[in-house]
Amino acid sequence: MNSSQTRLTLILLLSPFLLWLGLLVIIPHIDMFFLSIREKVAPRTYETSLANYAEFFTEPFYWNTLARTAFMSILATVLTLIIAFPVAYYIAKMLRGKTKSILFLLCLLPFWVSELVRTFGWMILLRETGVISSSLQWLGLIDGPIEFLYNDVTVMMGLIYTSMLFMVVPLVSTLDSLDDSLIEAGYDLGGSKLSILKEIVIPHSMPGIISGCIVVFMLTLGNYLTPILLGGKSSMWFTGQIYTQFITRFNWELGAAFCFLLLIVSSTIVWLGLKLSGQTLASTVAKS
Amino acid sequence: MSCDLECQHLVKQFDKFTAVDDVSFSIPKGSFFSILGPSGCGKTTLLRMIAGFYEPTSGDIKIKGKSVLSTPPNKRPVNLVFQHLALFPMMSVAENIAYGLRRRKVAKAEIDQRVKDSLERIGLPDAGSKRIDQLSGGQKQRIAIARCMILNPSVLLLDEPLGALDLKLREHMKVELKQLQSQFDTTFVYITHDQSEALVMSDQVAVMNHGRFEQVGTPQELYYEPQTPFVADFVGESNHWEATVSVQDSQRTTLTTTSGLSIQTQTTSNLEIGQTVNIYLRPESITLGQEQTTADNQLQASVKSVLFDGAKSRAIMTNNDAEEIIVSLPQTGEFSDLKAGDKLSLSWRADIAKVFTNQA
Ligand SMILES: Nc1ncnc2c1ncn2[C@@H]1O[C@H](COP(=O)(O)OP(=O)(O)OP(=O)(O)O)[C@@H](O)[C@H]1O
Ligand SMILES: [Mg+2]
Repeated sequence: MNSSQTRLTLILLLSPFLLWLGLLVIIPHIDMFFLSIREKVAPRTYETSLANYAEFFTEPFYWNTLARTAFMSILATVLTLIIAFPVAYYIAKMLRGKTKSILFLLCLLPFWVSELVRTFGWMILLRETGVISSSLQWLGLIDGPIEFLYNDVTVMMGLIYTSMLFMVVPLVSTLDSLDDSLIEAGYDLGGSKLSILKEIVIPHSMPGIISGCIVVFMLTLGNYLTPILLGGKSSMWFTGQIYTQFITRFNWELGAAFCFLLLIVSSTIVWLGLKLSGQTLASTVAKS
Repeated sequence: MSCDLECQHLVKQFDKFTAVDDVSFSIPKGSFFSILGPSGCGKTTLLRMIAGFYEPTSGDIKIKGKSVLSTPPNKRPVNLVFQHLALFPMMSVAENIAYGLRRRKVAKAEIDQRVKDSLERIGLPDAGSKRIDQLSGGQKQRIAIARCMILNPSVLLLDEPLGALDLKLREHMKVELKQLQSQFDTTFVYITHDQSEALVMSDQVAVMNHGRFEQVGTPQELYYEPQTPFVADFVGESNHWEATVSVQDSQRTTLTTTSGLSIQTQTTSNLEIGQTVNIYLRPESITLGQEQTTADNQLQASVKSVLFDGAKSRAIMTNNDAEEIIVSLPQTGEFSDLKAGDKLSLSWRADIAKVFTNQA
């Protein structure tokens, strides 16, 4: 194949990706950026200004919501990691052959239905007239119906449930690549379970941990369905705020500014996380 | 005699399959003990039981006289050098060696000193800060041994540690391992399927086959006095013929191979006329060239082909299209221009061929 032919193949192969990148990512973002830096001074007259951003910082409700969303997302990521790690370790290191693939598949199973359906499932279970509340009443454990929905714990649980898969998959793949004899060598040289976990297993699975955390954090921060449906009005999720600006208030300018603020916050937190753990994005992506 | 390691009637079964079958042995303090056997005969399984990674189905393991069956691997006074070394890639060389001491909560200053001494002893004083993937195969080898030896184990177990190295380095490491062992004065249990490694380094060698020990002895005993056909075949090289006993008197027994070659051997009590036997004769115990009227076995043969391999060169000889006989060629210059079709006289002593009855 000569070089012009090679180039043509390359262009053809890349074009769907470039189209997707251009049409769905870059162009909307550029548009959104210009939207976010204009201010409506009179009907149909606009001026370039940073007023939308200023409004975010002067109105405590907005930045409180963003801070709370970021904090809850970090917490959800950490909790997901803590729950997913033993699961992934069990799948990758304790199981062999058929049981291993079956259990791995079971992890994937809930993701065959859409997030909306899954979240409604939770609502059927948890609402005041739901399955859990009525069973408890029927058993005589509680006197009146209890509302399990619309609190932070339920939102957190929903977020962790939605994120599990995205943590388990990269963890299983890095743990799979850890040679069993390294763990055995650790025991042989006098290591305890805890020290082997700390000095051998975790350092080895760091790329998987980081990539899982990045994905889960991004998904949680940008999640809309779960916090709104399970948390209701009280969830104070930043994506809910963006929705309100765009759809309810028709204030596209402020909504666009919020989008950019969310992007900046999530990028900064991911960057900080990478810095703190001493990993680079490239090494993380390459290894998991 | 004080024994560092003693195994009694050790059995390991995986489901229905018996990987280690009633193995008993004891190893005196400070000796180099090798377990030699073909791939899949249960060597690693045996070693992992001693290290504590498998629980024996039955039998007992004693270290310095005390049973260790209930001791978990991280508390046993044995250390294992893994088949693929299992150095920790997430740590530097010095951290690898210090790992065991850190786990024992030894003071930082003492750890540093002992790691430094240990690196000097294995001849890599400047390697401490290197990463594992910056080391050569032979260096990794030495680090893996140093990492275990720094803990002063009663017994060091080595699972084919030279398997991944090239031939030249393997030859070199053989000598070096033996030196390290005498330097540290620790009991080594060394597993290999390479007979030359076992013969060169060991004080005692156990030949293992299908989960059983066929014979335990010094390298010389195994080579000169094999007790079973498997040992005769596996240790060193042998010509192997099937034959029947045709003539027997008080000193000499004449055996006739299936294709008619007649061989004189020493009479042993368990042979009867007409019985089928296996004969093993080493290529290097056959004398070439001179007519020796005193020799018990003497025959004329022609060269079928020459297999040149330096010091281990051999020739395949035939005698009137009867049996093929492999002989070693002494590299004294005499036979350097030997070629197919040349005629030579072969001779060997009656007592040098090993004869086993079929059920042995
Ligand atoms: N965990 C296990 N479960 C079932 N069978 C096993 C297990 N480990 C080993 N075996 C079987 O036991 C036999 C002996 O295995 P082992 O690993 O001890 O061989 P080896 O002598 O070390 O061979 P090699 O020289 O190839 O390393 C093999 O036939 C193997 O299939
Ligand atoms: Mg093995």
